Amino acid sequence: MDRQHDSQTVLAALKGVSKCYGSITAVDNLSLDIRRGEILALLGPNGAGKTTSVNLLLGLAWPTTGTAELFGRSPREVATRRRIGAMLQGAQLGGHARVSEVIALYSGYYPNPLALAEVLRTAGLEGLETRPVVKLSGGQKQRLLFALALCGNPELLFLDEPSAGLDVESRRGFWSAIRRLKEAGRTMVLTTHYLEEADALADRIVVIHHGRIIAAGTPAAIKGTLAQRRIRCMTRLTLAQLRALTGVTSVKQDGPRLEIVAAQPEAVVFELLKLDSTLHDLEVSGARLEEAFLALTDETRVEKTA
Amino acid sequence: MNTPAIRQWSWRNTLGVYLREAEYQFWGMLRMPGFALPTLLFPTLFYVFFGLIFSHGQSRDILTYMLGTYGTFGIMAPALFGFGVGVAMEREHGILALKRVAPMPPMAYVFAKVAMSMLFALLIVILLFILGGLFGGVRLPRREWLGLAATLILGTLPFCALGLAVGMRVSGQASAAIINLIYMPMSFLSGLWVPLHFFPHWLRELALALPAYHLAQIGLSIVHMGDGSRFTTHVIYLLVFTIICLRFAQIGWRRIQDR
Repeated sequence: MDRQHDSQTVLAALKGVSKCYGSITAVDNLSLDIRRGEILALLGPNGAGKTTSVNLLLGLAWPTTGTAELFGRSPREVATRRRIGAMLQGAQLGGHARVSEVIALYSGYYPNPLALAEVLRTAGLEGLETRPVVKLSGGQKQRLLFALALCGNPELLFLDEPSAGLDVESRRGFWSAIRRLKEAGRTMVLTTHYLEEADALADRIVVIHHGRIIAAGTPAAIKGTLAQRRIRCMTRLTLAQLRALTGVTSVKQDGPRLEIVAAQPEAVVFELLKLDSTLHDLEVSGARLEEAFLALTDETRVEKTA
Repeated sequence: MNTPAIRQWSWRNTLGVYLREAEYQFWGMLRMPGFALPTLLFPTLFYVFFGLIFSHGQSRDILTYMLGTYGTFGIMAPALFGFGVGVAMEREHGILALKRVAPMPPMAYVFAKVAMSMLFALLIVILLFILGGLFGGVRLPRREWLGLAATLILGTLPFCALGLAVGMRVSGQASAAIINLIYMPMSFLSGLWVPLHFFPHWLRELALALPAYHLAQIGLSIVHMGDGSRFTTHVIYLLVFTIICLRFAQIGWRRIQDR
């Protein structure tokens, strides 16, 4: 098949989807394409609407308005679901069945499942096949969920917070497993609230906040936007004066100190010292991802009003 | 991806999914001591204590009667707990979501639990019949043994439906308590522990509203020990009861789907 054409194929899409739970809007008029062969990361803080977006694509939730499509069809058709696999957040496996029995059960749902040995190898469960599920550790259960997602040899894999609860070492192992799956041509959607994880794995990152897409692009581009620094200091300058400085994303009062978020802190500090020689208690640190998200949403608000 | 020949899905594959799901469910529950032990031991121990030991030397009729009543008591448990607690837990633990995302027909999930309940019912029937027949000297024509067994095994269905309706609604934590609050009083009030004619009249009337009473009466009438009420009334009651429970379960399922 023509490669160029192939990568343009949309496997899953949200088209102007909103999802409301009572008065809460979890997803707000969101449109999203997942193209063949890519790893798409949905990045956002907790409660941003990442899981709801995935659940809408999987048919676990139904859009209030708009449509969710898998392979151009309803996610609720059994035939459509034979082409996907999903690792759901918060799924707690249990019971006295053995690891290999659970995998065999789930493999049996699919027409062309992977061989058990391959599933065990990819998910890092070798040597655990006869262990009852109840006796697995948290990380092992997480790997079993991964195994169940991929055992059906799906074209499209959904991984919702896949590395939650994994230690650093298993996370690295998990990442290399995902990269191997990508090399084998699989399309993946993963949600995470770690920029590092999205950066390490994804071809494309979509940043979601309050149910909306606030940024989308390559990991390099997103990292540039999100890599914000936090400057804290005591100064006579007013909030308004600080906001007027170039390169300042946001400013807020934090007790007696002022807190400035900026992408290039050096230039801002230089300006600050020029304007206020009495400035003291200066501190520059990395901004938390939540603050960076906030900065992004502030920016979009400014752009909108401008 | 290097997938060799893509195999097509046929009805045989679907049948396989149903059977494997049932097999997995049955072995899973059999290996869970908290489920399997009380389910298999309570009816048999009650039969041994209150039938074989306490009624020793009395007529075999009591032992025959108790096959019907403790049999009913026994087969209710795997259905009520398997569905009521099982569905509530699997819903809460995200296992139901995992199965909904996997290409498993939703009915395979229900079928597996029905099959599990019936297999447990079969084990309970075998255990009780061995106790009654070999140690209690109960003698029945083969037709009646089989009729009673079939009643008790098919009789799990209304309780599967009741358990499903409960399991779709209540939280996993509350489910065991709620099922027990249904199971124990219903067993007592349906005359499964103490025959109804020891009850005051108004309490006997209450039994007419309970599915366990009607199932026990079908079983007892097969061995000619019913209370004289009509066989078809009991069957119709159980059918209507099952349909109402399934309707409630369906409403619960829609609520889960439309989330």
